[in-house]
Amino acid sequence: MPEGYLPIFIFLICAILFPLVLLAIFRYLRPSLPIPVKLEAYECGIRAASNARGRYTVRFYIVAILFVVFDVETIFLFPWAVRFRQLAWFGVAEVAVFLSILIVGYIWAYKKGALEWV
Amino acid sequence: MNFYLLTLIKMALTALVLLTCCAYAVWVERKVLAHIQLRPGPYRVGPHGLLQPLADLIKLLTKEGIVPSYANPFFYLLAPFLAVALALTAIVVIPFTPEFELFGVRTAIGLTDLNIGILFLLALSSLGVYGIAIGGWASNNKYSLMGSLRSSAQMVSYELPLAMAIVSPLLLVNTLNLREIVELQNGFHFGLLPKWNVFASPVPQALGFVIFLIAAFAETNRVPFDLPEAESELVAGFHTEYSSMMFASFFMAEYANIITICCVATVLFLGGWHPLWPAEYGSDLVPVVLLAAAGLMLLFHAAQAARRRKWDRFTFPVFGVLLLGLAPVFLIPVLKPVLIPFFWFVAKAGFLVFVFIWIRGTLPRYRYDQLMRFAWTFLFPLSLANLLVTGLVVALAG
Amino acid sequence: MTETVFFYCFAALAVAGAILTVTMRNAVHCAISLIASLGGVAGLYLMLHAEFLFAVQIVLYIGGIMVLFLFVIMLVNLEAAARERQFHRSWVGGLLCAGGTGAMLAWFWLRGAGTLRLPPAVQPTPREGGNVESLAMVLFRDYLVPFELASLLLLVAIVGGVMMAKKRI
Repeated sequence: MPEGYLPIFIFLICAILFPLVLLAIFRYLRPSLPIPVKLEAYECGIRAASNARGRYTVRFYIVAILFVVFDVETIFLFPWAVRFRQLAWFGVAEVAVFLSILIVGYIWAYKKGALEWV
Repeated sequence: MNFYLLTLIKMALTALVLLTCCAYAVWVERKVLAHIQLRPGPYRVGPHGLLQPLADLIKLLTKEGIVPSYANPFFYLLAPFLAVALALTAIVVIPFTPEFELFGVRTAIGLTDLNIGILFLLALSSLGVYGIAIGGWASNNKYSLMGSLRSSAQMVSYELPLAMAIVSPLLLVNTLNLREIVELQNGFHFGLLPKWNVFASPVPQALGFVIFLIAAFAETNRVPFDLPEAESELVAGFHTEYSSMMFASFFMAEYANIITICCVATVLFLGGWHPLWPAEYGSDLVPVVLLAAAGLMLLFHAAQAARRRKWDRFTFPVFGVLLLGLAPVFLIPVLKPVLIPFFWFVAKAGFLVFVFIWIRGTLPRYRYDQLMRFAWTFLFPLSLANLLVTGLVVALAG
Repeated sequence: MTETVFFYCFAALAVAGAILTVTMRNAVHCAISLIASLGGVAGLYLMLHAEFLFAVQIVLYIGGIMVLFLFVIMLVNLEAAARERQFHRSWVGGLLCAGGTGAMLAWFWLRGAGTLRLPPAVQPTPREGGNVESLAMVLFRDYLVPFELASLLLLVAIVGGVMMAKKRI
């Protein structure tokens, strides 16, 4: 493993354990009176009408797929930024071509109305 | 062995300070909001409500933790801990001070130093969706699920402008290592204006900074983008069903995220630990003056006979003397190379946290369609344009 | 020592996640298991000093593609999907296919026993300016055309995704 990651993993493990330990300790201090009405899903006081897990609008899907595509594009820019000086104009041209192809896609999606949330 | 011991000590200190900061960020937020709205805010527990976070913690820990019968218990419990663990972990890569030598040990405030520091932070922030998504789904409540879906879509949408806004200052510094990013922002234009990335010489990244901040508001689900917990429509959004320690975990995660993202903004745009103006003009004296002034002000108020609360007569002098005693610590030559940079870092990050609260006291909430349209049709193209212009100008400048 | 411990932790995470992905009944549970599996793989990349790939794995696969998966899962009616029998009538066909593939693999294994061996472990290359830096030069110099073609691929993904979803609105 490269240097410097060990503290992160130790910290992560501690960060997971800390609330769990707190939860475990205070388990004995807090009341626990589960009654059926209390355990119902909260719907402003009336009985839950149906299961919450139904079907949701397809717009979330469009957002997610556009995000994945542009996220890939963004992540490619990081190595470019790191070697920006060495690549100079060559790199700028390359990224400009790369981005312009995607910008065409973006404009097309915009024209198509895929970016509108209505 | 020495390294491990040092790391463990630093880890414990970082965790302690971060958790305290999270707790007191809540207090500061309530106080500032209250004063914006011309009311006193928390006032009862301790002097000026200073012990309020402790009281809140005890209250939350001793409340009944309800797991709804339709919920999925494992994921329902996993979500808040996932959220808080990821939010707290992000702080490890932030460099707070330059390296210094203390008692013969060379170290720095800040846990670790990664070559891909900023990418690591981006990775952690992209994982932040899961605490909310899983929590909302596992609750099996309509409000929770809608809140979590909204929130996930919002967070992924604003992650693109955020990443773009991160890349544009990287074009100036050409490294992903946070410590190097800060070190490269050293120096002053004309001996006065700091060479931070917001004021960088070929292309000032002011626009990038603004885009970063806007995206940061959305990433941390804060006003004006707090749609996931829009209480007027969604009760409490993704944490409608959560109570007790689980709720506190989500809450802590939110504040830890705010603190981290403010630190990142400080590192990327505001020059990390570098002072606002050169040390020749006395920037080293700022913490001393500030602390001393605060201490004197408290002593002055303590001397006033007509204090409304009788406890102020005891707490004001105590805090005043404490602050006055703290002021000369910044003058000790051994501690100076640590404390002065640390002060500047904390001051900048703290100011950004204050901006978060300020905005919350000022702006109303966006509508969801406005929020998404803003991200996709305005902020994203703008960040792209900012990036391309930065690239072109930096390449032109050689 | 620590290296070995971490390796086995990540490997176990990757394998256990993968197994749970195919055996869990609830689609959301499958997706979350897949996230764990991908996280394990990310850890393995890190063990190989591929820091950039580690970050990409988390940002893109876990933070991007799996969010997409979760959204898609939430779009369909989960309850109906969960009630369906996991091994329905085509299990005979599935078994035949699996058996055929297994037999084929076994045959190749037996025929070429000598040729199928792992190359000796390669030490991580000495880092000339770090992983991302060397990767940048390779990506933007040596593999210029594939890099530009990747953007075409992404363009196709945009068009495909939007067309598929827009038809239904």
